[in-house]
Amino acid sequence: MRNPLSDLIVQIPPSGIRKFFDIVSEMEGAISLGVGEPDFDTPWHIRDEGIHSLKKGRTFYTSNAGLKELKIEICRYLERRFHVNYDYTDEVMVTVGGSEAIDIALRAMLNPGDEVLIPQPSYVSYVPCTVLAGGVPVEVQLEEKDRFRLTKDKLLEKITPKTKILILPFPNNPTGSIMEEEDLREIAKIVEEKDLFVISDEIYCELTYKGKHNTIAALPGMKERTVLINGFSKSYAMTGWRLGYACAPAVILKQMLKIHQYAIMCAPTTSQYAAIEALRNGDEDVERMRGAYDERRRFLVKALRDMGFDCYEPQGAFYVFPSIKRFGMSSDAFALKLLEEEKVAVVPGTAFGDCGEGYLRISYAYSLKDLKRALERIERFLKKLDAKE
Amino acid sequence: MREKILAVLEKNSRIDLGELASILGESEANIANEMAEMERDNVICGYHTLINWEKTGNEKMVALIEVKVTPQRGMGFDKIAERIYQYSEVESIYLMSGAYDFMVMLEGKTMREVAQFVSEKLSPMDSVLSTATHFVLKKYKDHGTIMCDKPEDERMLITP
Repeated sequence: MRNPLSDLIVQIPPSGIRKFFDIVSEMEGAISLGVGEPDFDTPWHIRDEGIHSLKKGRTFYTSNAGLKELKIEICRYLERRFHVNYDYTDEVMVTVGGSEAIDIALRAMLNPGDEVLIPQPSYVSYVPCTVLAGGVPVEVQLEEKDRFRLTKDKLLEKITPKTKILILPFPNNPTGSIMEEEDLREIAKIVEEKDLFVISDEIYCELTYKGKHNTIAALPGMKERTVLINGFSKSYAMTGWRLGYACAPAVILKQMLKIHQYAIMCAPTTSQYAAIEALRNGDEDVERMRGAYDERRRFLVKALRDMGFDCYEPQGAFYVFPSIKRFGMSSDAFALKLLEEEKVAVVPGTAFGDCGEGYLRISYAYSLKDLKRALERIERFLKKLDAKE
Repeated sequence: MREKILAVLEKNSRIDLGELASILGESEANIANEMAEMERDNVICGYHTLINWEKTGNEKMVALIEVKVTPQRGMGFDKIAERIYQYSEVESIYLMSGAYDFMVMLEGKTMREVAQFVSEKLSPMDSVLSTATHFVLKKYKDHGTIMCDKPEDERMLITP
């Protein structure tokens, strides 16, 4: 029999997270701080709107780009929150999560051999999606000394004549770093000079703890060069609804829509109706959840520092990214040992790129009670480590 | 800061000072001062526990009594309320807008004790015109807390 598989897909390694997931799943009684989704349920009024749409028999496809009402609400929201204007008729599309938007944006824009700058550590899908779209991923290292922000110098170092796209994954998973307006201005200048495009993944935009999120698309001259990606998963605790969106200049969006049309048809109809309610009446929920995350963030950072971790204070998302360099162990080894000895699951930093070596990602999408229980175990683990030294 | 402290305490009065300080990003001394002041000013009136008595096998009733009264010169609503809340049986009492004047709640009593309270103490009071007593059959949610068992965390253990 012939090899049934594509060489391209076979050479892409499975997600580092997957490997760790398999080990954790086997372990009885493990407590996990490894989750990348909110612990809150979707607010009831949003769920109710989804249920209502089903009761009314709204069970058909929507148009490819999504419900008109939803696209209009998305534009209003972006205007209201981040002062960026999009035309709902040809600059917005609703996708199956932010993930789909990342994939189709890359596929719509890349020609074979085009280079994509990917700041790392970052979410796991940028590199494989780039490869699948025929592009060449180029890592740009985010460093703790820069507060894990993307700097001008780091960016310039990696730009070549083949560079076409810069991915901006802020607020950042896994480091919790953000980009302030000043930081973005510097980046925007280079993007314009070097004639690049930006894919800005802003899925954590509502979860910032020191002031409001800034989008690069709102800077002068940037909207024409930016695909803004966002979604409902993190802001409204709607991960399972699989709903995101992309906003882009019409010429790019038109091609993205073509891929979406052939591969997906449309995002889930029920989820779209629920999302309209989220955007219309969900501000208080967002604020309530942000407040809870913020409490946990402060609690967790202090607790980790008190027990001897060197820990950058995250400003966004719901992760802390403490350094474990002083223990002289790899991230993988540390995470595995912590799991085996104290049954606490955290994600090794290397799951988010090689430069995550020496770090762990700890999620605070957990109740304070759960966090405390896990922290007691981590503290015991550190004491044992320190005693051995 | 007061409001933030209260918001946390309202949900968890057992939180220790260190934890409270760390989640609010304040010093322990500041928090302790604020709390002492609020206790003194009766902003914080107590630290209670939310108990699901149904689970203890303890057969206590909760009764809501709607009370209509006639306030008179020298005997306004506040005075009447005071006469009612002095009874130790009364768990809470509110002045209401609408069809009746006071909502009186009795908690942890048998049905006979409730009946006795209404017929022998509350109804005979001069200012009381009428009462209507309701018994709570089941508590689903109290103080913003759902009383039934919490569902397990159904999220996958590790996700990107």
